[in-house]
Amino acid sequence: MKINHLSSFDFGASDMDSGIFFETAASRLSAGGRAVAYFALPDGASSRLVMCVAFDREGRLEVYSTLVRRPFRSLTPSFPQLHLFEREIYEQSGLKPEGHPWLKPIRFNTPGSVPGVADYFKVHGVQVHEVAVGPVHAGVIEPGHFRFQCHGEHVFHLEIMLGYQHRGVEKRFIGGPDGRSIHYAETLAGDTSIGHGWAYCGAIEALAGVNPPARAQVLRGLMLELERMANHTGDLGALAGDVAFLPTASFCGRLRGDLLNMSALVCGNRFGRNMLKPGGVNFDLDQELVKELKLRLENTLRDAENAVALLWETGSVIERFEGTGVLVKEAAEGLGIVGPAARASGVGLDTRRNFSCGPYEDFTMSVSGSGDVYSRAYVRWLEIQKSAELVRGWLDALPEGRIEAECGELKPDSAAVSLVEGWRGQICHFAVTGRDGKLRHYKVVDPSFHNWQALAMALRNGEISDFPVCNKSFNLSYCGRDL
Amino acid sequence: MIKSIIARLKQGYRTMPFPPAHMNLPARYLGLPRIKSPELAGAAAACPYGAISSGPEAGLDMGRCIFCGECAKAAPGAVEFTKDYRLCARSPGGLIVRDKDFKRAEALKGELRRIFRRSFRLRVVSAGGCNGCESDCNVLQTVGFDLGRFGVQFTASPRHADGILITGPVARNMELALRKTYAAVSSPKVVIACGACAIAGGPYAGHEECAGIPADIPVDLYIPGCPPHPLTILDGILRLIGRID
Repeated sequence: MKINHLSSFDFGASDMDSGIFFETAASRLSAGGRAVAYFALPDGASSRLVMCVAFDREGRLEVYSTLVRRPFRSLTPSFPQLHLFEREIYEQSGLKPEGHPWLKPIRFNTPGSVPGVADYFKVHGVQVHEVAVGPVHAGVIEPGHFRFQCHGEHVFHLEIMLGYQHRGVEKRFIGGPDGRSIHYAETLAGDTSIGHGWAYCGAIEALAGVNPPARAQVLRGLMLELERMANHTGDLGALAGDVAFLPTASFCGRLRGDLLNMSALVCGNRFGRNMLKPGGVNFDLDQELVKELKLRLENTLRDAENAVALLWETGSVIERFEGTGVLVKEAAEGLGIVGPAARASGVGLDTRRNFSCGPYEDFTMSVSGSGDVYSRAYVRWLEIQKSAELVRGWLDALPEGRIEAECGELKPDSAAVSLVEGWRGQICHFAVTGRDGKLRHYKVVDPSFHNWQALAMALRNGEISDFPVCNKSFNLSYCGRDL
Repeated sequence: MIKSIIARLKQGYRTMPFPPAHMNLPARYLGLPRIKSPELAGAAAACPYGAISSGPEAGLDMGRCIFCGECAKAAPGAVEFTKDYRLCARSPGGLIVRDKDFKRAEALKGELRRIFRRSFRLRVVSAGGCNGCESDCNVLQTVGFDLGRFGVQFTASPRHADGILITGPVARNMELALRKTYAAVSSPKVVIACGACAIAGGPYAGHEECAGIPADIPVDLYIPGCPPHPLTILDGILRLIGRID
């Protein structure tokens, strides 16, 4: 069933006979569709499988669902992009996808499961050895367990086992929205508060049939782009640090803070907390703030240009970036990779263009790359410049008017899909209401849910010493994936 | 090389004085709450986290507060948020702001203070949070805050640490790892709970997926906020080891 992004639809109309469901899913994925969500929700005594497929080039979304009571047909062998979705369905609902190559736990939240304890991929051979890292890592960073199968420095395979950050957020949306819902959204991944917050607001507004005023939309865009610039700048600095190039590491560390402080200027919080609410935003800009933001933007961008240019001009940096951690385009497409990581491998997906809405109506940007650390770094720099251009334009011509619209009751027995291009890539929130107009189910797909596998692929046939720089080039979210 | 030096000149010296003579925090920043009236029923009703109690023991518990500002919006005559970023306390009870002056954390005493005052290494354990607190700890290592100038460092191994700094609500899946990390730090050692999650669960308060800091891991310092401003964390750490008061 074709649906519109950010519009509610009759959830019951997505129902199909289960045979047709799997045939449709397979044929649509073969035709170039990308699964943005695939999950099970309780439906009476059984469960309902729901799949949302995007056709990015046409900006088209389709949703299919079917009732299942017993093991169902795994599509992962033909469509690897579903591998983690099916593992998640199995873990959350107990429904077994028959034929899935390896149904390991992903969040270790079922009775009796012990975090990190599972079957691991193992390479056997003389002098082949295993290196295990985590969950507590060397840096100030979220927890996760990494296992390398190596021969000396050479990495055959890296397996990433997460779930340590699972805190049970998703199911707390159910029965809402309430006073805590927006905070759950803002902390799905704390460095993506605006991205996830906006995705949540978009879903709720669609279900309430509300359009936020133009000024609110632009202010959201402003905050989203500041979030993107701050994180990309920080990561370029961290990449420099990981190849021991300290000038850019130091400069960018400071510049990231300057960008976060711009967000704090708008809403009081460096991560953009408290900025968003369904219907609009909580904070407006006056002439003075606009002037201050413009001034800070130009100063920060000038310094960022200076700091980042050093990366491209320094042979020892380029030598470590180029050809390291290659994710080829076929793998990126096959695994449904999103965001700057996908774009750096030549996949032309950007939610701001493919599913443009609000302030992004005229958004154009095309970036490409060869899938190595260099490409992922360079794409970030191009995106920083593009974000700055957008912010400049918005600050010069802020639409007049209100910053919020009344967001009332949600439409019962409906659903809505909300997509936002967060700084790591496409965020998908899928909300379903019950007969009472309360949320009956809420599914969050963070870009990292797709992209952790890309990091594993990028490490294949690399060296252990490439790991930090590869890892930072993706900089994925543990909490966004673990929920 | 020459380009790096020229860039350094352009970027300038960026380390801020600390504690600053006057702090230029954004006008909309929410810092230390101030209770303007003991009549807190309206504010309490607006808080989604039960951080405000009315009645004879009226007060705002910064340990549970995520600084969303809903209370001040609902009852501007009862609660306001100042721009004071210095929020730490040595006990959960010390985080409750009432209508009199808020008392900040006191320094460690005696031997502990002597040992840690000039060299203090912390192992950060991220346990189930949103990466907000982690980001604001990380930023202390940048040139702007320059944590190292105070003799304080985040260290890679608990074996090299004088204590642990815990962020997140301690997801059940991280409880064992937290215990092992704590056990690996040699005594005497200190524990810092950083952020609303570590103190009382934060946005995840009441989730069965979260265990909280186990009772047998004694906490020496509580730094509230969601996430705390980097200055709040820096202020807390330096107060604990007696570098500022």
